[in-house]
Amino acid sequence: MVTTFSALLVKGLRKSYDDVVAVDGLDLDMKVGECFGLIGPNGAGKTTTIEICEGLVERDSGQLEVLGMTWEKDADRLREKLGIQLQDTQLSEKLTVAETLRLFRSFYVVGRDIDDVIDSVELREKRDARVGTLSGGQKQRLAIACALVGDPELLFLDEPTTGLDPQSRRQLWALIGNFKANGRSILLTTHYMDEAEKLCDRVAIADHGHVIALGTPLELIQSLGATLPEPPPRVSSHTLEDVFVALTGRTLRDE
Amino acid sequence: MSEIKTSAPPRGFSDRSLVQLTLVRFREFTRQPEAVFWTFVFPILLAIGLGLAFRSRAPERPRIGILTVDASAAKVLNSLKADSSLTVRSFSTDTAAQHALRTAKIALLVVPDAAGGVKYVFDSQRSESATARLIADRAIQAGGGRTDPIGVSEQKVTERGARYIDFVIPGLLGMNLMGSGIWGLGFAIVDSRSKRLLKRFMATPMSRAEFLMSFLLSRMFFLILEVVTLLGFGVLAFKVPMRGSLVELALICTLSALAFGGLGLLIASRAKTVEGVSGLMNFVMLPMWILSGVFFSSSNFPNAVQPLIRILPLTAVNDALRLNMLEGATLSGVSSQLLIITAWLIASFVAALKLFRWR
Repeated sequence: MVTTFSALLVKGLRKSYDDVVAVDGLDLDMKVGECFGLIGPNGAGKTTTIEICEGLVERDSGQLEVLGMTWEKDADRLREKLGIQLQDTQLSEKLTVAETLRLFRSFYVVGRDIDDVIDSVELREKRDARVGTLSGGQKQRLAIACALVGDPELLFLDEPTTGLDPQSRRQLWALIGNFKANGRSILLTTHYMDEAEKLCDRVAIADHGHVIALGTPLELIQSLGATLPEPPPRVSSHTLEDVFVALTGRTLRDE
Repeated sequence: MSEIKTSAPPRGFSDRSLVQLTLVRFREFTRQPEAVFWTFVFPILLAIGLGLAFRSRAPERPRIGILTVDASAAKVLNSLKADSSLTVRSFSTDTAAQHALRTAKIALLVVPDAAGGVKYVFDSQRSESATARLIADRAIQAGGGRTDPIGVSEQKVTERGARYIDFVIPGLLGMNLMGSGIWGLGFAIVDSRSKRLLKRFMATPMSRAEFLMSFLLSRMFFLILEVVTLLGFGVLAFKVPMRGSLVELALICTLSALAFGGLGLLIASRAKTVEGVSGLMNFVMLPMWILSGVFFSSSNFPNAVQPLIRILPLTAVNDALRLNMLEGATLSGVSSQLLIITAWLIASFVAALKLFRWR
């Protein structure tokens, strides 16, 4: 399939809340079929950017095209084509996994079979369990299942693996890998550099509301490797995490 | 993309989002045992309690004390004992008699004197004592030879519809309609908002109108259950009269439930936390529990505040329910109440939809 549009095209995006500038001239150009990582310290504007792209927050200024469409003209069509996992959604604890997915499936004209989605996030055994009884990892997989049930072309994942154990993280990585293998696009934010390194074709490092570095994880490591201090002897080479800290500094960012 | 199975219309009735959203409301309600208790069991327990506490019974016989120190007391005592509507106790010392009066063991103390007269000692502020004084005086005067110039005959009746339970069942129904409407919508919506679930729904193609409609649809369904349980209980257990048209009663209940649903939506339109909305809901409901004539008639309040009480939605609902059930009034007989309820319905929905925040 030849597409002439970007999965996501952002130019000069700006958004302020009261006295805080959350996004300050941010640019992104994400290709269709790409897994794109948006990383940055707390308060870098990642979540605001992603929520503007999802049509949940209005931008102050800047250009925004999602799958070649705009929120102003094509909101209904866009919502059909996007899969979204928010950082802090709590699904209803009283419903079962299958009931939750059936509800989300009912919102979309075209979508996937719910049992197929339940299988793909490995929740078959929990199909009829109440959401309240699920573990953190299972809840997160259900949240992603809700994002997948509308058979989206573009998936937004905002810190999908925060707080999960290594097993759950790897399970989610496999899931994201599968989705990408089907030619779909993913925008991912994360605090785990190994995750970005493993999953993302390209990574943008954001700080203070704009992109300060952009490239494949390897490019970023190579371009900055020379300027980085020697890696500790135990570690064979620099990682993306070294790049990240070198660029954004060591000061703690508390939200 | 061969491994991804997608499905497109036509899909079954139960796959429609309005049906799914409404089913979610049912499931969330029925899987919350405490909600079921407060909605269905509590009003009935309240009705049983009030029905027993205020059941019809013979009025209490006033308790009269008589001081038997003076010799003339014997004649007075006989006169009092001759009246079957009095309970008489005699006291041989003034101290004991005064103590009984002070502690309300007796409502009135009769003190005969040597000259053949009597003195009544009582607290004129107590209605029981005032009644006792009248009855005791009648008995003593009759015993002394007074005859009534006018012959009187009595016919005793018990009118269904005039008992306290008849008054309170429509009041409880109105209170229940208000509680379920305001809680049912207000709590569920703010809970979804505080858990960022509303925001998550906004990111899907879900129809916002259908989301709100699902609340009203499930309210209509539970409304039928609530009304039938409470009124069925009232009719079966206490023989509460249902003198008006049942169809019109159903219409009053539906309109009331929608109006309170609108109020619930309005209260929930901005609140971000469950604690915040609970306070707001109590702030709205508490005055109506007291003022709108649930447990006692709102006419007990001063005339100055009556116009204010009249326009409260629960007052209109309670009045309409009572007029229909107890007096058999037709719709035209409750038109002013229906007008007030409809005004609340429209005003609250318009305001709620204007103010509503999805995030």
